[in-house]
Amino acid sequence: MTHSTLLATPPLVARPYAAAQSIADSRPSSGHIEFDDISVRYGNNKVVESVCLKVPRNSVTAMIGPSGCGKSSMLYTVNRLCDLIPGCCVTGSVEFSWLDNEQMRKDAILLRRQVGMLFQRPNPFPFSIWKNLEFALKQHGIRAKADVNERIESALQEVGLWDEVKDRLSASAFSLSGGQQQRLCLARALVLQPAVLLMDEPCSALDPISTQKIEDLILRLSRTRTILLVTHSLGQARRVASQVAMFWKLDGVGRLIECGSALDLFDQPRHDLTKSYLAYA
Amino acid sequence: MNTLGSSLPYPRDRLWNGFLWVGSLLVVAVLLWPLLIVVLEGSHALSLEFFTQSPSDAGRSGGILPILVSTLAIVSVSLAAALPLAFAIAVMLTEVCRPDGWIATSMRCSLDVLAGVPSVVFGLFGLSLFCRQLGMGYSIAAGGLTLACMILPTLARALTTALEAAGEQHRVSGAALGLSQPAVLWSVTVPVALPGICAGLILAMTRALAETAVLLFTSGYSDRMPESIMDSGRSISIHIYDLSTNVPGGMQNAYGSALALLLMLTVLSVSVHWATRWMHKHMTGASQR
Ligand SMILES: Nc1ncnc2c1ncn2[C@@H]1O[C@H](COP(=O)(O)OP(=O)(O)O)[C@@H](O)[C@H]1O
Ligand SMILES: [Mg+2]
Repeated sequence: MTHSTLLATPPLVARPYAAAQSIADSRPSSGHIEFDDISVRYGNNKVVESVCLKVPRNSVTAMIGPSGCGKSSMLYTVNRLCDLIPGCCVTGSVEFSWLDNEQMRKDAILLRRQVGMLFQRPNPFPFSIWKNLEFALKQHGIRAKADVNERIESALQEVGLWDEVKDRLSASAFSLSGGQQQRLCLARALVLQPAVLLMDEPCSALDPISTQKIEDLILRLSRTRTILLVTHSLGQARRVASQVAMFWKLDGVGRLIECGSALDLFDQPRHDLTKSYLAYA
Repeated sequence: MNTLGSSLPYPRDRLWNGFLWVGSLLVVAVLLWPLLIVVLEGSHALSLEFFTQSPSDAGRSGGILPILVSTLAIVSVSLAAALPLAFAIAVMLTEVCRPDGWIATSMRCSLDVLAGVPSVVFGLFGLSLFCRQLGMGYSIAAGGLTLACMILPTLARALTTALEAAGEQHRVSGAALGLSQPAVLWSVTVPVALPGICAGLILAMTRALAETAVLLFTSGYSDRMPESIMDSGRSISIHIYDLSTNVPGGMQNAYGSALALLLMLTVLSVSVHWATRWMHKHMTGASQR
């Protein structure tokens, strides 16, 4: 994408939460992810306590709050990356109302196919652009050539990368810029056609133009996917999220102190801590 | 040369710069000197026959063919035994055990202790276990296996470091994509770690090639052509040692053998390096349409 095409799309700041809201309104609220009494410990160190949160399906929920209040840990409970961290213990449950939770509890791989994740730093595999996407597909048993090609192309189209890389699919993924790498990582998650996307500060390592592309994508993807977005940028939360969850560290333990629609939370925060946090921005 | 030196305005900086130059030249000289002597003295002995004939007259004349063969056999046996073990240890430490758990801690600790054990001690151990108790006698197999024990700590350490560095971020991103741990290990971590693995391999190989003490009393010093790995065989380091200390008039061929050893090291290192590069490219690159 060039600057001209960027300018052709109306700048996101011009439509504050309206865009997110209209998308949320235009679709049936056909389910939700429910965090029920989630607590997370690392060894003896309790970092998240008793979080109950309902995330509407096919919308963006932003998780905001200062560093260290357990936002990343919350995301890890959704795709059970916490299982990989030695000493990490999670109690409570995360349920997807429209998916087979029983089966996914037994099989983390099945769960992670449904729940894609984007990290703070772009982390493509040290492969070619093409192989980055092909690898995950093949590992999940999708090998039919036509199918593979189709999925890869449509994932790259979906993140707006196809036109930029279609002539150099065999180039190393590291030859891309940081923003392109992040979109490649998003495409890598999308080839598996997940229903949920977790994003842990996906733009914090990116320049403003790349950030805007990602925000555009988040809005577009949220029509068909449930997105949980951790962000330190209140502006970003305002622009893309329809629901906002505010976390805070109280007595050394992360808690959910306020949650509501983006409109309500930004305009009429109820909790004092939220008020002062929003006042900083 | 318009380097830093000419553009440094302060005498103190210029002094420091000169100091660095002298230091670097000294280091290079110290490295090149022995090399130069071996090349100068050894090149007289080198000829085609030197590589294709058996030694005669206790090594004063003839070539070193059986010695080259024995050496390669010993090193091959040791690497074949040590590499899979070291790889298993590295995978254990990086992928399976909790890094701060007691298993990992005790494994690391024993590797460190083993790495500090003098090679003669390994030699005695090999003599008693492989040669005597397992009945291998003085043989290439016994020598190779003893060497394997000796290089195992080095190799395991190098592989662990390589896998650790390579796997860190990809372990998590792979898991987040629902990829199995072995898939990420084989398809991502190992290819990324290959350069580090290769460096460890070359280090272990050179240690094995240079070893004399261990082999004196495990693989023996028969200079005949070995027929199998159960035969005794003389490694090139022992040959050099023998020619230069026990054989009057053997100095010429000792230098020749030393030069051959250097050449062998170079050839092996370069081929490991190229093989690694090829594999690296093959494993990470292009399986495009
Ligand atoms: N792997 C870990 N081991 C031990 N403690 C951890 C680990 N990861 C995070 N923590 C601790 O958990 C707390 C919350 O971390 P995190 O979930 O990353 O917060 P956030 O994403 O909101 O900054 C922090 O105090 C951090 O020190
Ligand atoms: Mg975080």
